[in-house]
Amino acid sequence: MNASAIVKKYTMMIALVVVFIFFAILTGGRLLYAQNISNLLLQNAYVLVMACGMLLCILTGGNVDLSVGATLCLVAALAAQLLSKTALGAFATIGICMAVSFGIGAWQGFWIGHMHIPPFIATLAGMFLFRGLGRVLLASKTVSIANKTFLDIFSSYITVPGVDNTIYWSALIVGIAVALALILLTFVSRSKKARKGYEMKSAIAEYTQIAVIDLLIIAYTWQLAHYKGIPVMLLWILLVVLLYAFITSKTAFGRYFYAVGGNEKATKLSGIDTKKVYFWAYCSMSILAGFSGLLVASRIGSVSGDTGLTYELDTIGACFIGGASAYGGSGTVSGIIVGAILLGVINQGMSIFGLDNNWQYVVKGTVLLIAVIFDVVSNHKTGKA
Amino acid sequence: MADNILEMKEITKLYPGVRALDNVNLAVERGEIHAIVGENGAGKSTLMNVLSGTIPIGEYDGTILYEGHKCHFKTVRDSEKLGIVIIHQELALIPELSIGENMFLRNERMGKFGIDWDETFCQAAKHLKQVGLKDSPTTLIKDIGTGKQQLVEIAKALSKNVKLLILDEPTSSLNSEDSKMLLDMLIEFKKQGMTSIIISHKLSEVAYVADKITVMRDGATIETIENADRSIDEDRIIRGMVGREMTDRFPKRERKIGSDVGMEVSDWCVNHPVYTEKRVVNHVAFNVRKGEIVGFSGLQGAGRTELARSIFGKSYGTAITGTLKVAGREVKLKNERDAIEAGIAYVTEDRKVNGLVLGDSVARNNTLARLEKVCQRGIIDVNMENKVAEEYKEKLRIKTPTIQQFVNNLSGGNQQKVLLSKWMFADPDVLILDEPTRGIDVGAKYEIYCIMNDLVAQGKSVVMISSELTELLGMCDRIYVMNEGEMVAEMGANDATQEKIMGAILKSKKGAKEESKGA
Repeated sequence: MNASAIVKKYTMMIALVVVFIFFAILTGGRLLYAQNISNLLLQNAYVLVMACGMLLCILTGGNVDLSVGATLCLVAALAAQLLSKTALGAFATIGICMAVSFGIGAWQGFWIGHMHIPPFIATLAGMFLFRGLGRVLLASKTVSIANKTFLDIFSSYITVPGVDNTIYWSALIVGIAVALALILLTFVSRSKKARKGYEMKSAIAEYTQIAVIDLLIIAYTWQLAHYKGIPVMLLWILLVVLLYAFITSKTAFGRYFYAVGGNEKATKLSGIDTKKVYFWAYCSMSILAGFSGLLVASRIGSVSGDTGLTYELDTIGACFIGGASAYGGSGTVSGIIVGAILLGVINQGMSIFGLDNNWQYVVKGTVLLIAVIFDVVSNHKTGKA
Repeated sequence: MADNILEMKEITKLYPGVRALDNVNLAVERGEIHAIVGENGAGKSTLMNVLSGTIPIGEYDGTILYEGHKCHFKTVRDSEKLGIVIIHQELALIPELSIGENMFLRNERMGKFGIDWDETFCQAAKHLKQVGLKDSPTTLIKDIGTGKQQLVEIAKALSKNVKLLILDEPTSSLNSEDSKMLLDMLIEFKKQGMTSIIISHKLSEVAYVADKITVMRDGATIETIENADRSIDEDRIIRGMVGREMTDRFPKRERKIGSDVGMEVSDWCVNHPVYTEKRVVNHVAFNVRKGEIVGFSGLQGAGRTELARSIFGKSYGTAITGTLKVAGREVKLKNERDAIEAGIAYVTEDRKVNGLVLGDSVARNNTLARLEKVCQRGIIDVNMENKVAEEYKEKLRIKTPTIQQFVNNLSGGNQQKVLLSKWMFADPDVLILDEPTRGIDVGAKYEIYCIMNDLVAQGKSVVMISSELTELLGMCDRIYVMNEGEMVAEMGANDATQEKIMGAILKSKKGAKEESKGA
């Protein structure tokens, strides 16, 4: 692979590094503080989680779900009210909230998948509908959450007695363990491929890649160790991201989303139930939106009628910055995660720098446009369009 | 010296890694019909794109002389100004707009206050008359058939004062009646002094219409053959195209037809999915035995595709009734999945729209219809998938740099092979091939025929729907003839001739017409 091919393949990665360094310098190094590094992902947990679901929607043909911010608000409001007004515990609340999320998803999935209502319209309706219901549920008030179990499940930090005191060594130990595990996994998969005589990438390329990832993991956990240790929310994010990465890249079910986006008629004639594909894209989206509602409610500690406002736009933006095709059929979980983190770095960098909120919108808009222009232009040149 | 309206000299066009055109020379005399033939990927369309300005000057080497002047076309508009109009294989008409609006799109008749619609439709009607189309210019494009749409394109070209008309595969989606009409019109225009270039795979048509035939192969012009007296031998053209003698256009096969019936359909009726009152398939019955190739002939709209798709898991039509037996057992198929599991495959006539995921790799297209075969508990074994794709690439000789190549980068013939490999991988007992050789070149056709022979040799049943009578006669053991939703004849390969088949169609039509007169 020559230099230009590498640049093309890792454009967003490179952009992320450049933007990160840019803001690190701009903020006089404050972006690199342990607290800020730790908060980077947590602040954007909702984008990371919902972008996974949004990817499935976008894959089916560039369709987006506009209702996720509203769904997030409705479920968060439900959680807050159940915890403050009823005697139900944290677990029952979470159970009910997830069931309601599924219900919302099934509702949207039914109209879009089985009744062929255009997704844009169905989810636009959902956006009004669920936002309204959420506000009704809150009676236009801000409701705070005091249930300690609930908060612990989503927004506490893991501490191991004896290991963690001023520095949370457990975080670093986990980081190193994961780094080693990755090397081992690569080695095992390579030797398996070699034994079966499959084609594989060159050893140098693959191990360099792993080394870079490992370094990042260790640097990241090093910073976590200097703040409060491993946040539980990080584990939830990882769970969702890994699950969706697995589904989209390894399973037949995941393959169908790409096929429908690539050519729906051909997919249907190949014996694949396209209605089901649409149904699950929107159903899973709402489940993740509801789950994000719990994460956000727990992190902020209260829910209001404006919770989750414009979150759908952040999520959609992250997907397109991360290289999902606006025409459907292509995009990867790893790509959109890079997109989400890039947006997160820009958000946080600007906040720390103290840029006016209004200007932050201008910057975000510009970044989104540049990312998509770049994608279109570079693909056009290679004739893939 | 001949009066050449167009001369293209030493045209070379490079794409990354490919020499699409290599020192091509082409001379077209004023007032002739000049045919360009060649296999897919020979560079015919690229050459025409250079001529029309779709590929702008600077991106290729060489010179174009038109009416004796050197040309520097930067866009299609530049060439159209001089009267060069190209009609692409995929028609560039907007279905939701009327014929008139389409004809003057980007060339609007302006009055004092915006577009002068009276003038537009009046002009449109004039040109429609020239091409013998009786429809009103206010009719929407989506309401007329492909044949008429092709005529609208020609009328559109006339409205631009065309002097040199280029037609890229104009008859590929027309039935033989409409094709004949179109070709005769070209001859008529020729008499009025127009020059045309026609690109076609259908050699019989080329022989019928062309004054000169230029053969292209691998990006170069091989030869230009005179055909002033319309006496050229098709094999003579083929020899130039493939660079070797094609001794036989259809591969030989040992006929080993089993006594077992692979699929049997009886009393099959289908109604139109939108106009649910309309019968499109009416009490049809047929069967295909194991190891047998059965052909379906008929005009476009005879109901053959509709029949096939309604059998394939009711993927077309409403109110489908009748019995379907696969290997002697009656089956009820609710959807495409059921059909695949019952051992039926339907290979579509339209590989781009209904067949392939164009923006995806050869390997991933290959397994789509039966993904579970390379899965364990729902998880795809990518290595196994790639191995399968490599096997099919070898077996069907699919020309692609790697199996990870996107399908839209392959030529039509190779795309067709990917489509076939996809359905062969689904491992059916009965394959319904709908126009399996449409729009692909002679060499690829031969290979597709070989694959069909292999399939029946394995004891599978093949149903071939085709509009090319020669290929039906060359390949099939039995031929069914359909017309207007009904089965009008069945004949063995030995008794069947083109005349008999056409006769069966025409007779049934006449009968229908007389009936309606009587009523």
